[in-house]
Amino acid sequence: MLFKTISKDKFREFVNGMIKDHQTIAPKMTDRDSNGKAIYQFQQVYSFDEIAMDYTKTYSSVKTFFLPFKEMLSTFRFEEKGWKQDIEYTIHPRVIMGVRACDVDGLLKLDKVLMKGTFPYAYYVARRRNTFLIGLDHEPLEDCFCQSLNSDMVEHGFDLFLTDIGDKYFMQVNSSRAFNLLKNVEVYDIAQEDQKKYIEEKKRIASLFKAKIDVTGLSSLMDIEFESDVWKKWGDKCLSCGSCAMVCPTCYCYTVNEHIDISLKSASKERVLYSCNLVDFAEVAGGLNFRPKAENRLKYRFYHQHRGFVESYDEPKCVGCNRCGRACPVGINPVDIIHDLRMEK
Amino acid sequence: MSYNIPVEDINTLFSMVTPPDFNRQNSLMKTYKVYESVITNIVELTDTEKLFHLQITDPREAELFSFLPGQFVMLELPGFGEIPISLSSSTLLKGHIGLCIRKAGKTTKMLHKAKLGTKVGVRGPFGTHFPMEQMVGYNIFLIAGGIGLAALRAPIYWVNEHRADYKDVSILYGTRNPDRILFGYEFDLWRKVYQYDLHIIVNESNESWSGKVGLITDLFDEVKIDPLHTYAIVCGPPVMFKYVCTHLNKIGVPMNRMFVSLERRMHCGMGKCCRCMVGSTFTCVDGPVMDYWTVMNLKESI
Repeated sequence: MLFKTISKDKFREFVNGMIKDHQTIAPKMTDRDSNGKAIYQFQQVYSFDEIAMDYTKTYSSVKTFFLPFKEMLSTFRFEEKGWKQDIEYTIHPRVIMGVRACDVDGLLKLDKVLMKGTFPYAYYVARRRNTFLIGLDHEPLEDCFCQSLNSDMVEHGFDLFLTDIGDKYFMQVNSSRAFNLLKNVEVYDIAQEDQKKYIEEKKRIASLFKAKIDVTGLSSLMDIEFESDVWKKWGDKCLSCGSCAMVCPTCYCYTVNEHIDISLKSASKERVLYSCNLVDFAEVAGGLNFRPKAENRLKYRFYHQHRGFVESYDEPKCVGCNRCGRACPVGINPVDIIHDLRMEK
Repeated sequence: MSYNIPVEDINTLFSMVTPPDFNRQNSLMKTYKVYESVITNIVELTDTEKLFHLQITDPREAELFSFLPGQFVMLELPGFGEIPISLSSSTLLKGHIGLCIRKAGKTTKMLHKAKLGTKVGVRGPFGTHFPMEQMVGYNIFLIAGGIGLAALRAPIYWVNEHRADYKDVSILYGTRNPDRILFGYEFDLWRKVYQYDLHIIVNESNESWSGKVGLITDLFDEVKIDPLHTYAIVCGPPVMFKYVCTHLNKIGVPMNRMFVSLERRMHCGMGKCCRCMVGSTFTCVDGPVMDYWTVMNLKESI
């Protein structure tokens, strides 16, 4: 990895140059809530001025741009005798900027599932490989607990990562395409002073975390506490709405829907994001449901995050962004559940 | 200078050009491409179950398609849905697939209306298989409940074709009532040609039935099991696994010599959609065939 610095003016010029040539997605203030607080969301931007570089949080994560809620897997053309299948997964290069470390880490976890192994998921691979990702450091919010899960810093998975060090950005350059693109503007090698400022800023950010969970031995605790009353306590609150999975940066499970076109000449096969909290998630033909109660499903969600994923990839699936906690209409959040499981308060 | 980001064609990426583990001739990325197949025969087994014979249309694809007993395919009905179905035919017939399907949901209901010559799609084969090579020289107990016999038909074919490799083979089959007996026309063949010890039991009897009535575990009184020289293959409803495997375990059959085939909802077959996850394991990738020790260690598996 290379380290460079760039002045804020030049960075603005750089981003505007990128916006001109590519679809660029960045955090943008979209509205204000009833208390007058700004609401931010990742959206396409058309100039640097629209980007909220100081955004606090977005309700949904950048996952939306890699695993959209709905996606066409393939289409079928009906013919005289039978049908023909068409598959399309190409995508134009694009830029996503202003991504937090925890979201980059979320993408890295998705990479493990969707890019590696025997069956890569082409639609995701195409999107991921053709996205130029610019990360951005930030001060944690009250409820961020990514530090507990080691997701507050990332070493790879992005093209550029910025840290604000006063009048300029400290940049981690992590790909040859990023290096080439930076030739468009003036960048500087890091001076000792920049390095010092960078380390201080990192330390300052690290010291601001308030929410914490203890993940030591959590995966075996999940097994030990499988019959715990904690699941019933929280499961009774759960509305099985699936909001948590929609906003989660690492939830990837889906359902496949097929439709016949109204012309009767074609059919489509669509992937739709799903949630393991929805009632028919594990229902098989004939009506047998392997997880009939809300508590079974809520438990399974945590079991996959902190036990199943750990078994496969040696790390929890959770990145500690607490988006699920914020989105939950009844106040179920991972920090409280894990504290409860550990019988801490 | 320019701000152009070069396009990455994922089909030419080094990591992507090696063919995948299942029998696919095209580049790895086409994991959602189906083999176009035609229904060549439909056998009505009962009111609700039919056996479909499929033939993969493209001769090159047909040549590439091979599977092992216990694996499954995703069967695609364009516009209606895609369903996971156990392969219940001989592994020797290239490109020829037999699927025993119960009318249970939207897609299968539609499939039951299909006529000869209908074109369907097949993806796969997926999943783990019964370790038939490991069982060479041992007795085999095949225990099926209801539609579970469909999944056992592939290992039965395998044993037929390699009969000399295995010692005594017994089949225990339990089903709800005599009208729902599957593959009844093959019973004589199994008994007389392949010397299988076949026992059948039904839950509810009717006038036509002169055989045994009761639960599948009642059949254990009739058979002699040599626990240290026996492999068991079990397939049926989840509640059956527990009783059958507990019994076998009690008489001393090692847990890692009992194989069960699990059923779960699936939408991809490739370990992506998460629908088939049991505890911490994907049924489609690490299953559906698992030994009983593994199953015991999975939460909410049976």
